[in-house]
Amino acid sequence: MKRAGFDTIWLPVALLMPQLMIIAIFFYWPAGWALQSSFYLQDPFGFGSTFVGGENYTSLLGNDQYKRVAGFTIIYSVLVTFLSLAIALLLAVKADKVIRGAKTYRTLLMWVYAIAPPVAGFLGILFFDQSTGPMTKFFQMFGWDFKLGVDYNATATAMVIVAVWKQIPVNFIFFLSGLQSIPRSVREAAMIDNRSATGRFWQVTFPLLAPTAFFLLIINITYALFDTFGIIDALMKGEPGNNPMTLVYKVYLDGFRGNDLGGSSAQSVVLMVLVLILTVFQFRLVERRIHYT
Amino acid sequence: MAQVSLESIRKVYPNGFQAVETTSFTIQDGEFVVLVGPSGCGKSTLLRMIAGLEDITEGTLKIGDRVVNDVDPADRDIAMVFQNYALYPHMTVRKNIGYGLKNRGTQAAEISAKVEDAAKMLNLTEYLDRKPAQLSGGQRQRVAMGRAVVRDPALFLFDEPLSNLDAKLRNQMRIEIKALQRRLGTTAVYVTHDQVEAMTMADRIIVLNEGKVEQIGTPSEIYHNPASTFVASFMGAPPMNLIEAEMGQGQVRINGYDQLLPVPETYAGSVTMGIRPEDVVLDDRGSVTFRVDILEELGAHRLLHGAIADQPFTVMIGKDDTAETGETRITLKPEALRLFDKATGQKL
Repeated sequence: MKRAGFDTIWLPVALLMPQLMIIAIFFYWPAGWALQSSFYLQDPFGFGSTFVGGENYTSLLGNDQYKRVAGFTIIYSVLVTFLSLAIALLLAVKADKVIRGAKTYRTLLMWVYAIAPPVAGFLGILFFDQSTGPMTKFFQMFGWDFKLGVDYNATATAMVIVAVWKQIPVNFIFFLSGLQSIPRSVREAAMIDNRSATGRFWQVTFPLLAPTAFFLLIINITYALFDTFGIIDALMKGEPGNNPMTLVYKVYLDGFRGNDLGGSSAQSVVLMVLVLILTVFQFRLVERRIHYT
Repeated sequence: MAQVSLESIRKVYPNGFQAVETTSFTIQDGEFVVLVGPSGCGKSTLLRMIAGLEDITEGTLKIGDRVVNDVDPADRDIAMVFQNYALYPHMTVRKNIGYGLKNRGTQAAEISAKVEDAAKMLNLTEYLDRKPAQLSGGQRQRVAMGRAVVRDPALFLFDEPLSNLDAKLRNQMRIEIKALQRRLGTTAVYVTHDQVEAMTMADRIIVLNEGKVEQIGTPSEIYHNPASTFVASFMGAPPMNLIEAEMGQGQVRINGYDQLLPVPETYAGSVTMGIRPEDVVLDDRGSVTFRVDILEELGAHRLLHGAIADQPFTVMIGKDDTAETGETRITLKPEALRLFDKATGQKL
């Protein structure tokens, strides 16, 4: 293969600079600060800090509330990722078959994408409102006295539903374009080779969609872990006491409302390490099985 | 192995476009039939209707004795080779070839044996564990062929399978496909826009134009006795010369030209006269004046492009004949003259 080269080192460096600057200023620098402050105990009024070594980390290990939040985060992320991917894939497969009015249909399905997470959270509050929310009424029909912001399970359910609802359009767009990039003749060849539509989907369509699905898997896990902050904040209604929250929300809560910057920093360092492990795991194990054309 | 019959088949798309006009023909058991025509003539639509990938608007399609209008493509006992090969990119060659067998409940040992046989027949044995992306165009085409032959279907369908290959490979694959079909004795329907492929491969050719069958016949019939001016100009390279003329009393007069030529037909009126470029002889005592504008050297023969009385005309001469630009006299072989109705283009 022919490769184009640069005459001097300065041009490529200059071209990369904006990107590197952004990463440095908005990621490495704060990450470095977080790492440093995680070894200190800060005065709540900002008058100074004391070096405490690994104490912020060891106290996390013994903290039952932290363990509970970690447990909820795992269940929440798995549910949000799985449901939003599965529902979006189903919708994309169905939308791909629509011939008449396909564009209108697709646009309608994508609209939700334009809603900001806090707004989605607010819409969630309206939907799950104690006295007027249609979803509350829906759950009451099945005998569940749904109390958003009061009952732990009710709030958790609402969080998952709103987060999934918000993420479906993104996944839908990617899955649909992934489906449409599969050559028509390959699917037709499969129609001649395999009578079962389900068999064709799992043996031919889905493997060809795997690169898209893998990309979305990473995006969705990141979304569930970090980007649902606004939804959680809105649905919790400022009552963190008895409500579920994710690790990211707890970092914010302990750091900015509890004024425990050291403990909060230690939590974010733990999160960074977790994400790092997760990413390595995904690329090592999952991506190896994927066929890129 | 089976005979395929199309009875009053018609195709209209939901937007009202009629892709195939009402058509009937029968393909005999073991026959190699080529559907040929310019793009948009409905040849692929016809093939896809036979495959079951396209609904049939009207008419009855039979493969063997069975009406298959509403039969699933997988149950029609057909195999199809696509223009862009349509291999499964995530499967190895072995799995690509065996996929259809696996889905029909064939035993693993039998699949493996059949795949090995097909691979051997197509010189693919050493590539069995590669993925399609690691193969050349010709090899991918062979895999697509392997996928078709391994199932031993009643009918092969080919949708312009060679048009993605370069000229040399195309000629080679043309012969291989034809030989394979002969050896297996499987009925085949082959779609192409390339008239050379049609002429060389077909037992019978079906020429299509704008959704209509123009002519059905052996390559020789199609070439020598085209049913219309469309067939005359579409089949053969260079195409048949078509010149406007007036006819009456066993004689024909080329428009813009005063000389009369004798013809065996009795017809009076305006006609289009057709003659193949190789049926024209350079002759000093010839009765027609031909103005040569361009000499085209093709090695085995030469083409002289020019005009008779300002109507474009081409003459083919052997490599040993001499010719130069300017006016020359020619003779048209009377038995090679074909006459078409000027208005309808149909053969008289």
